[in-house]
Amino acid sequence: MQRTTVNIAGCEIEVHEEGSGAPLLYLHPGGGFRPTDAFIPLLVAKRRLICPSHPGFGRSALPDWIDSVDDVAHIYLELMDHYGIAKTDILGASIGGWITAEMATKAPERFSKVVFAGAVGVKTGPADKLDIPDIFVMSPPDVPKIMFHDPSKFPFDASKFTDEELAIQVRNRETLALYVWEPYMHNPKLPHRLQRIKAPTLFLRGASDGLVSAAYMDAYAKLVPGAKTLTIPEAGHGPHQEQPQAFAKAVLDFLQ
Amino acid sequence: MQAWHFSETAYPYLPPADSYPSIRVSLPNKNYDPRKGAELYDRYLEEWQIADEEGMEIMLNEHHQTATCVDPAAPLMLAALARLTKRARLLILGNPIANRRQPIRVAEEMALIDVLSKGRLEAGFVRGVPYEISPANSNPVRMNERFWEALDLICKAWQSHDGPFSHEGRFFHHRNINIWPRQWQDPHPPVWVSTTSASGAYEVGAHGFIQATFLTGWDTTRKIFDSYRKGWRESGRGQDIPNHRLAYAALVYVGETEKEAHEGAEKLLWYVTANKVAPQYANPPGYVPVAANVAMMRGGEHPLSAFAKGASVEAAIRGGFMFAGTPEQVYQQIKRHNDYVGGYGHILNMGQAGFLEHEDSVKGIRNFARHVYPRLKEDFPHSRISGQPSELPGEPPEKYMLYSSSTVKMERSVGGQLGSAGAR
Repeated sequence: MQRTTVNIAGCEIEVHEEGSGAPLLYLHPGGGFRPTDAFIPLLVAKRRLICPSHPGFGRSALPDWIDSVDDVAHIYLELMDHYGIAKTDILGASIGGWITAEMATKAPERFSKVVFAGAVGVKTGPADKLDIPDIFVMSPPDVPKIMFHDPSKFPFDASKFTDEELAIQVRNRETLALYVWEPYMHNPKLPHRLQRIKAPTLFLRGASDGLVSAAYMDAYAKLVPGAKTLTIPEAGHGPHQEQPQAFAKAVLDFLQ
Repeated sequence: MQAWHFSETAYPYLPPADSYPSIRVSLPNKNYDPRKGAELYDRYLEEWQIADEEGMEIMLNEHHQTATCVDPAAPLMLAALARLTKRARLLILGNPIANRRQPIRVAEEMALIDVLSKGRLEAGFVRGVPYEISPANSNPVRMNERFWEALDLICKAWQSHDGPFSHEGRFFHHRNINIWPRQWQDPHPPVWVSTTSASGAYEVGAHGFIQATFLTGWDTTRKIFDSYRKGWRESGRGQDIPNHRLAYAALVYVGETEKEAHEGAEKLLWYVTANKVAPQYANPPGYVPVAANVAMMRGGEHPLSAFAKGASVEAAIRGGFMFAGTPEQVYQQIKRHNDYVGGYGHILNMGQAGFLEHEDSVKGIRNFARHVYPRLKEDFPHSRISGQPSELPGEPPEKYMLYSSSTVKMERSVGGQLGSAGAR
């Protein structure tokens, strides 16, 4: 993929881009954007894929004034201006889904189709229970168990990464904390705005996702008029990683 | 030299440590018996009163959701001490202002205590240890920035006497700041900041506040103090840094005999050995710099866990985070440490911990106050200038070391590099 840097509102944004055809904006999850992910070439075969790294993720800068998902949504609407993209399809995973929701509620006319994958961003359950389990107070060995359908296929081995790659992973997690800490993983206002989305919308999740439950996705989808839902078997919070074929097919089928 | 008696008001009556994953944050409070807790408060307050009578100063601190320090609202305890003591300076170290939503409320609490104690308050501020993040639901990212904005605002609130002023900052917003009461001391109580990092100490030095560091041993303490002195000088405060701008906290126990001292010192190690903290609470994202986290992923050790490994009296003394022994031994240990790190004017004595019972705690306080403190006051006056560090002293002369009878032979034959057990 081509990697470039774009300056938006004084913030240097790293953007990976590849493919031709109608644009598809992909907003990565909390783990960051990985150009080597297997689902990428599958999407690139059909679409012009544009993948920015959120401010504070990857090699994107994090100016002092940025501290919320709302900030990122504004940056990305301006990024679309920069690319001369008046209207696009958009795919957001996890926190990328939350950013997608913020963008699509601010400027619904700019999105032709919307796909949420394991998206966070709303609170639908009772006050005395977290909708999204608190990954920041979970014992580290327990985190992969809720993230993956089969955690044994994704062992973490620091020796496989360069110092720069590890630094990016650490910084991604730090920025994720900055954005989602409080209110935890959601914007209380979103449920009152999601009805603005008029584009055909798909919510999908991995069947074994321990972060985003089926009930959560269903409640989220009900807030968007006419939204469809889909569950990808044998996948956790990252169906794009665990089931790249099924994931890419689901996305492309819906966007067709 | 000023010496401060410091207790964390711990609740030590806990089930076996292997029955819970963390003494902090998540240990259910069904393990706390309020009746036993009330007795403990009585005795800890009495120990502070004895320190007051013995001519020592008083220090306390604040932690949350933990049995190691059952003082989640330190200003309340300080208010009680303002009434129960007559003479001692009252140091709170400190207010966790990166985790407090209303800095102005903190300024008010401190002003109240300053008036209540007729000017005996020493107002300390801390960023807070990582396990304070969860109890406060505080964002671990950008804590330093919040800390400094809050502290600057508090100092300004103390020094504004002509009606409301406003603050529209990055983290805090107030439109009408006009605190009552106005604090007793003018322009404000001495400000202390604790930090265990060199970069933090530079800032503290640049502000000219009193810098305290906790259990950082030999080299780390020296680095922190060097950085403080650099910050002080580069901010135009002059070349000379008075001793009384620097403070060091160590576990301190003075016995009449080596045997008595060793028994007391072993009990003090409770703070190190009981501090069982689950990793997710010990290192929240953003608390330490990215590079430090990368080093840990490469197998490096968290400084706090490295420290825990020094958990024997001998190693702790070698490491420079415990001063224990007879009065002569403790005096010599402190002198060697003080000389090496370039000089400090305050020693913060963690003189009570866990199962160190009342009678033994009082003995330790009295032995220190009567037989060590007078020499320290004479030899390390506040007028001394900090910043002419001596060379690293070699292996301590045996007569300055404290050995338990059972380990004495082994320790002496193995030797060991001075400072090697210290926190890095």
